[in-house]
Amino acid sequence: MKTLTASRMERCIGCHSCSFACARLVHKLLSWNTAGIRIASSGGLSTGFVAKVCLACSPAPCAEACPTGAMRARKKGGGVIHKKDICIRCGKCAEACPVDAIYLDLKDRPYVCIHCGRCVEYCPHECLEMVESDQRRDS
Amino acid sequence: MIRDYFRVLVVDLGSGKGNVVKVDGRNEFAGGSGLGALLFEKYGHADRPWDDPDQPLIFSIGPLTGLFPLMSKTVCSFKSPYHDQFAESHAGGRSALAIRFADYDALVIAGRAPRLSCLSLGMKHLEVKDVQFLAGKDVFSTGKILRSMYPGSGHRSILRIGPAGENLSGMACINADTYRHFGRLGSGAVMGAKNLKGIVIQGDGSFALPESKEYSKIYKQVYEKMTATDMMSKYHNLGTAANLDALNELESLPWRNLQATKDEAITGITGKKFADDTLLRNAACAGCPVGCIHIGFVREKFMEDNQYLYRQVAYDYEPIFATGSMLGVTDAFQVLGIMDEVEKAGLDVMSGGVALAWATEAFEKGLVSEAETLVPLAFGDAENYKKAVQYLGSAENDFYAALGKGSLVAAAKYGGEDFACVLGQEMAGYATGEAFYVAEGLGFRHSHLDSGGYSWDQKNDRKDAGEVCDFLISDETGRAFLTSMVACLFGRGVYKDEILAECLKSVGYGEIADNMDLIGERVRAMRWKVRFSTGYDPEKISIPKRYREVSTWKGKTDPEYMEKLKAEYGRRICELVSDEALEKLNLKKVEKK
Repeated sequence: MKTLTASRMERCIGCHSCSFACARLVHKLLSWNTAGIRIASSGGLSTGFVAKVCLACSPAPCAEACPTGAMRARKKGGGVIHKKDICIRCGKCAEACPVDAIYLDLKDRPYVCIHCGRCVEYCPHECLEMVESDQRRDS
Repeated sequence: MIRDYFRVLVVDLGSGKGNVVKVDGRNEFAGGSGLGALLFEKYGHADRPWDDPDQPLIFSIGPLTGLFPLMSKTVCSFKSPYHDQFAESHAGGRSALAIRFADYDALVIAGRAPRLSCLSLGMKHLEVKDVQFLAGKDVFSTGKILRSMYPGSGHRSILRIGPAGENLSGMACINADTYRHFGRLGSGAVMGAKNLKGIVIQGDGSFALPESKEYSKIYKQVYEKMTATDMMSKYHNLGTAANLDALNELESLPWRNLQATKDEAITGITGKKFADDTLLRNAACAGCPVGCIHIGFVREKFMEDNQYLYRQVAYDYEPIFATGSMLGVTDAFQVLGIMDEVEKAGLDVMSGGVALAWATEAFEKGLVSEAETLVPLAFGDAENYKKAVQYLGSAENDFYAALGKGSLVAAAKYGGEDFACVLGQEMAGYATGEAFYVAEGLGFRHSHLDSGGYSWDQKNDRKDAGEVCDFLISDETGRAFLTSMVACLFGRGVYKDEILAECLKSVGYGEIADNMDLIGERVRAMRWKVRFSTGYDPEKISIPKRYREVSTWKGKTDPEYMEKLKAEYGRRICELVSDEALEKLNLKKVEKK
């Protein structure tokens, strides 16, 4: 099972193309927020960029915190699947995430990386890659 | 978010409240430049001075902002402290996308806050907060404090001014997200006059995708052209700094206040030199995968025992010309050191560098002394230029206060008008010939980017005023359309008419796509109409003697031809706002607010 890793973020130029690709292709939205990967500067642009993205914790604290089972751990390899139709938008998943990887939109709908890798081809500097879960080396 | 009208936030800093207003004209003016001029016509006061509290400061974006790559710029429209006429300045950074995702097409900021304030806004908030404690703070520390005061890191834009803006300098810029600027013609002073230290825009909205299946397809095509071909390589490789070598070779690079156009010392400040020795990394405006922003570093030993500090400075062709060749500074690190001071002061780097070049020659010729300049100025002396930049930003004495209003203002007081390198404003770095001198001198923004006059000079040595004006006028139409999109002009190789039309149609702007030429003409005429209403007169603009003395690859400037070209271009610009032309474009009357 593969997971997305933001392994070369020191190359990131802050174009947000990955977030746009996720929002557009996965969530059918236009946004740099409602996406499974979001780019932030850490203390201003002079310090470079970080990716806020699911690190595929196993076990997943967000799934454990979900009271309705809408956020569930993938069967193997880490990462979660979010089922919109049974989500009650309580925000517990985002609260439980240790790395702020789950975004709640203005109506408290959660957005999380599903490790599909569609963002990868839209990164002009190859900061992102899909790797087998057991070979991950996150930056 | 695809609308047949403009959704505009109109803020009154006096009351701290705003209105969301629907403005008609999407299919006539598209956005950006066109929308800025339309909104100034509605909310501006042509007959009142630039610092009247009711004058609007306008930020506008285009119909494709956020929807396609490189649609990443914002247009700032205002009445300029430099000449008290309508003006425009463009910047990248994050502001365009932040405005888009806050769900506005434009912001109109009017009124004056009772004390120094910061405006913050987003999809669900609007607030004017007292920040009197930031008075006098430089651009960097202002940015750091504002970042700590507001949420939304990564998806917000922070626009701010430094001391130059607070001191109402005609050369004060608005810093956009640390590395980009609304640079020219003093927009920073307009913020200063409004007691507005910063603007924080949070792009926190999310929108349904355009319904057509074509959208994702054409997005992919455009994205691939921008990244997988070499069409954009000159911008992300050495960047515009590559021009230094090329223009020097062509005898078109201004040196030491334009006393020369070529110098062997270029080897210290070429694009390659900057890339090899000083380049730390590249960065991008939000929504642009090209990444043309080149960030170099300055490193200073501030104490014995090897105690160093370092700062990061974005460089480009224009800043290197203005603080390098124009000041005779030929060490890349020293050039970055001067730029760093310019950044802190919140000055426009081109205006500031060129003004100090004039001051240096005035000092050398004995028109001013250290009593005025406070430090001796000499071409190549970077350390004293750093101090002079601080004095210019803080309007330290009468001399620097006058110089901050423009080299010609200082020259009127101290002498030296002949060698002021002013073409409408302090010149851009293209001493390419008569077409450029006239095009920048009279052009709408007094910018080399109003039209390709600089490029025409580099390719032609024919002296046909009619032919040059045909080119300038027609080139301006296309650019007026693109700056209404608001596309980065670096993308103009990719965004040819056909692709642009496909992009517009794929998201539902078919009517704009079908009328691109007409909209370009209308926007151009509208901008000039507003400009004329605030006092523009081509006959009042003079080209200083220095330009008649300059040589390029084509030889010495031909003063007679330059005068003829200037008269003809002025006549053509006047024609653009004739009753007949305005009637044809349906611009006779625009409803006031």
